[in-house]
Amino acid sequence: MKLTRREFAKANAAAVAAATAGMAMPIGATNLITNAELTQLNWNKAPCRFCGVGCSVMVGTQNDRIVATHGDVHSEVNRGLNCVKGYFLSKILYGQDRLQQPMLRKRNGVYDKRGDFEPVSWDEAFDLMADKFKTAIRDHGPDSVAMFGSGQWTIWEGYAASKLFKAGLRTNNIDPNARHCMASAVFGFMRTFGSDEPMGVYDDIEHANAFVLWGSNMAEMHPILWTRVTDRRLSFPDTQVAVLSTFEHRSFDLADIPMVMTPNADVVILNYIANHIIQTDRVDRDFVDSHTNFVRAVDDIGYGLRDEHPLQQAAANADDPNRWTSMSFDEFAEHVSDFTLERAARESGVSEGRLEQLAELYADPDIKVMTFWTMGVNQHTRGVWVNNLIYNLHLLTGKISAPGNSPFSLTGQPSACGTAREVGTFAHRLPADRVVTNPEHRAFAEEVWKLPEGTIPERVGFHAVEQSRKLKDGEIKVYWTQVNNNMQAGPNTQQETLPGWRNEEAFVIVSDIYPTASAQAADLILPAASWVEKEGAFGNSERRTQFFHQLVTAPGEARSDLWQLVEFSKRIRVDEVWPADQLDKAPEHRDSTLFDLLYANGQVDRYALSDMEEGYANQEAEAFGFYIQKGLFEEYARFGRGKGKDLDDFDNYHQNRGKRWPVVDGKETLWRYREGYDPYVEAGRGVQFYAKPDDRALIFAVPDEPPPESPDDEFPYWLSTGRVLEHWHTGSMTRRVPELHRAVPAALLYMHPEDARAEGVRRGSEMKVISRRGEVRLRVETRGRVRPPRGLVYVPFFDANRLINNVVLDATDPISKQTDFKKCAVRLELVSLA
Amino acid sequence: MKWLTMLSLSLALVVAGLVVAEEHRDDSAPDGLRPGGTLSQSLPAPPLAGEPRDAGREVLNYPEQPPVIPHGIRDYQVDVRTNRCLTCHSRSEAVQAGAPMVSISHFRDRHQQVLAAVSPDRYFCTQCHVPQTDASPIVPNTFLTVDEVLGDMLQEQREGGGQ
Repeated sequence: MKLTRREFAKANAAAVAAATAGMAMPIGATNLITNAELTQLNWNKAPCRFCGVGCSVMVGTQNDRIVATHGDVHSEVNRGLNCVKGYFLSKILYGQDRLQQPMLRKRNGVYDKRGDFEPVSWDEAFDLMADKFKTAIRDHGPDSVAMFGSGQWTIWEGYAASKLFKAGLRTNNIDPNARHCMASAVFGFMRTFGSDEPMGVYDDIEHANAFVLWGSNMAEMHPILWTRVTDRRLSFPDTQVAVLSTFEHRSFDLADIPMVMTPNADVVILNYIANHIIQTDRVDRDFVDSHTNFVRAVDDIGYGLRDEHPLQQAAANADDPNRWTSMSFDEFAEHVSDFTLERAARESGVSEGRLEQLAELYADPDIKVMTFWTMGVNQHTRGVWVNNLIYNLHLLTGKISAPGNSPFSLTGQPSACGTAREVGTFAHRLPADRVVTNPEHRAFAEEVWKLPEGTIPERVGFHAVEQSRKLKDGEIKVYWTQVNNNMQAGPNTQQETLPGWRNEEAFVIVSDIYPTASAQAADLILPAASWVEKEGAFGNSERRTQFFHQLVTAPGEARSDLWQLVEFSKRIRVDEVWPADQLDKAPEHRDSTLFDLLYANGQVDRYALSDMEEGYANQEAEAFGFYIQKGLFEEYARFGRGKGKDLDDFDNYHQNRGKRWPVVDGKETLWRYREGYDPYVEAGRGVQFYAKPDDRALIFAVPDEPPPESPDDEFPYWLSTGRVLEHWHTGSMTRRVPELHRAVPAALLYMHPEDARAEGVRRGSEMKVISRRGEVRLRVETRGRVRPPRGLVYVPFFDANRLINNVVLDATDPISKQTDFKKCAVRLELVSLA
Repeated sequence: MKWLTMLSLSLALVVAGLVVAEEHRDDSAPDGLRPGGTLSQSLPAPPLAGEPRDAGREVLNYPEQPPVIPHGIRDYQVDVRTNRCLTCHSRSEAVQAGAPMVSISHFRDRHQQVLAAVSPDRYFCTQCHVPQTDASPIVPNTFLTVDEVLGDMLQEQREGGGQ
C-alpha cells in the first residue's frame, strides 16, 4: 500500500485517536512497541542455506516464525556480512505453495503411474514405498533401486541415507547432486594428494598478493569470499587479480589481468605455464625433489557418454581412465615443452602479454598466489585433469600449504564438503576418503556399523548421469531423490532425464519443500522440512563444520529428510532385502527391521533426549526417542579420527562458529601438510603429503584433447550455462522471494551485440536455442552482466520455465563422471523480434 | 519385399510408441514456478521485464535488510577505477543528491574498526543491493514482518486473556 504524506498523517492521527478512546486498534497503528517481552527476538546462529562459502547468519525468531536474518559478526567467514541471498534467507521458507502433505499419483483410489496427484497420509506413502523397494529388490536385485541426494543434505541426513542404501538395502546406487558440482575436484585431490579437500583456508586471502580466478565467477557465486578478495585488492594496491573465463562476468570488474579464452583451451594454458616455470628456471627444486613425484596420465579417455556412442567406442582408455605411470622431471619438462607461449596464445585467443603476466604470478618466487576455481574447471570433460594441472603449478613452485600460497577449490553447495564428500555419499565412496572398491575400507565400515562381513557391495553404484540413463533403460525400478531438483539441473532433460522418470517401469519419489520440476515429474511427493526447521550440520569449502538448531516448526505434515529416511527404514525387515547367505552370517538380524539394524544399533541410539541443549525443539529426536543427530554424528566421526579427518565432539559445535578439520585435542587446523600447523606432519619434515604412501604429491603430465562437441555449420555457437547471484541453483527458494525474483525475473540469452546484429535480432527479441537434443525459448540480452565473446552464448539454469538443460549434452569427465555444463554446440532461431 | 513390410510395420510401431511416450512426459502435476504437466514443452518467453520509472523506496522487511535499489542502474560503472553509486550515496554527496547515505555499518572493516571511508569489503554494491524490475511474483510469499507477528501475538493474548 502506498500512501501520500497527507494520507499517512491522517491514518496515524486516527490511530492515535483510537488509542486514546481505548478502542481496539490494529497493531502497527501505535508508533512503537516497547514491551520487552514482545520486542526481544530470539536470535540464534545458523550457517547460510545457500553456497559453499558457509557464512554464519543470525536468525531472529518470534512466535515460531523467522522474522529477520543478518550476517553474524562473530563468524570468521563473513564477519557480519551476507550477500543479497543471505539477507533474504528470512523469506525462503514462506513461499505460499510449501508442500504440506504427501501426494501420490492415483487413479480409482490406487497408485497409477498415469494418475493425478492426490493427498495421502505418511502411512500410505511409506507402505507403498516399502512395497515398491521390496518388490524391486526381490525381483531385480538391490541395484534396481537408487537414490539421488545432495550437498544440501545435513551431515547426518547424508550419513543416514548412505547407511540405508549401502548397508541396509545393499546397493551403492546412491549419489549426491555434488556429482554435478564437485566430483572433478574430488578426483583431482585424490589423484594429486590422496586426500580430499583443500590444504589451505580462507585466511589465505588476507596473506596473498595475487589471486587467479580459473573458471570461477566469485563475484556472483561466492560473493562473501569475493568481498574479502576485494578488500585485499583495494586495501593493498600491489595485489593483482587475474580472471580467466570463456566469457566476461562481474569478477572482471576487479581484474588487473582479464582474459577471455576459447572453451577447452585451459589445458594448453596450464601446460604452458608449467613450461614457462621450467624454461625460466623457477622450479623450486628442493621442494619438488623432496615432496613430489612426476607421472603421466593415461590419455584418450573418452567423454562419459553412453557406451554405444561413437566417441566412446573410439576412445582407447574409456573403460579405465584413472591410471598413470611414473616419469622423470626431464620427461615432464619435455612433455610441457610443446606448450609454448605462442601456441597457448593462438589456441586460447588470449594475448601473449596477458598469458605471460599470468604465468609470472606463479613463477615469481616473491608473489604469494591463491588460485580459485569452481564450475568452469569442474564441469569440464577434462575437469579432473585441469584440477591436477592447477596443482602442478603450485607444486612446481612450492607455493602450497603456506599462508597466502594456496590452490583453493571452491565448493558450490553448503555441505558438498561436509556431507557429499566427507560422509561419502557418492556411489563409489564411504566416509573419510574410503571407497567401496577397497576390501579393507568396506571391512572397516562394516566393523563400525556392527554388520557382518560382505554387507557392503563392492560394485560402484550408478552415478548421477548414469542413474538417468538406467531409469530410461528400465533398470532402475525405484528412485528416491532428496534436496535436489535434477529434472531441471541434470543434463539432456528431454532425451534422458524426463523419459527416464516417466518410464512406466519406474516409481519415482521426490522429497522437497516446493513443487519443483522434479516434484512435477515424480510419482510420489514427500513434503520436507528445510534449514532451521530441523537440527543440522554443514561443512563448508575450508573444512569448517558448522551446526544449527531447530528454530521453527515446519508447516503442516512436512518432515525432515532425516525423519523420512529413518522412519521409512522401520517398514523394511532385513530378511526381506538380504539374501539367505548374508542373513546366515547374522541370524540375529533376521527379524530385525532396517531401523533396528542401522539406527537402533546401540550406537546411534545411545544418547538420551536429556543430552539435548535446553530450549530447542528437535522433532526427529522427539519422534525416535533418542538424540539421533548426536548418535549419527558420533558414529560417523569414528571414520575420520586418526585419519587426518578428525572432527570435534558433537556438543562443541553448537557452541562455536565451526571448526576446520582435522580437529585434534580441540584445536582446528589451518594449513594441512605443513609442520607447525598440521598435527599430522611428523617433526622435522617441513611439508608432508602424508595421505600418499610415500608422502609425495603427484605432478601430472596430461595432453590436450578436443571437446566432445564443438560449434559447426549447423550449430555454430558455444553454449555455456551457469548461475546468477540472486538465485540459488534451480531457483526453487529464491524465486519465491519477491525481492530476488523482481531483481532477476527470468533467464535470458546473453550474447554479443554483434552476434545479435548478425542474427538480425536485438535486445528483447525472443529466440529459440536449439541443440541436437532439444530446445528452449529465451529473450535476448546484449547489455547484461554477462558479456560473452562472439560465438558464445550464456544462459543461466535457475528458470523452471526455460529448461536450458533440454539443450545441454550429457557428456562427463570420464574420471569424475561430472557433467560438462559449460560447453556444447547450439544454433539460434528467431521467434519474434522485439 | 516382405522385410520391407516388416520394417515399415515395426517403424510404425516405434513411431506409435514414441508418441505414447511423449504424451506421458506431461502427466498432470501441481503448478509450481512452472505450470504442472508441461515439462516436455518449450514455453514462450515473456518480454523483458521493465525497469520501474519512478518506484519509491520500499519499506524494509526487517531492519538488517539491505534496501533494494529504487532506480535503474544500467551502465553504472562500478569497478577498480570508479564507483558510480558513491557519486550520490557517499557521506559528502548524499544530502545534495537527495539520496540516502550508505549505512554507517559500511564504514567498519572486517575487524569492526571504523575507517575514514567506505570499507573496501563493501565496495561492490550489487552484491547486496539489487534493483527491482516490474515483474510480478510467481508465487506469493507469506513472510510476516515482526510487527505483523507481534500483532498476531497481541491479538491472541487479547482473545485468550480477555474473558
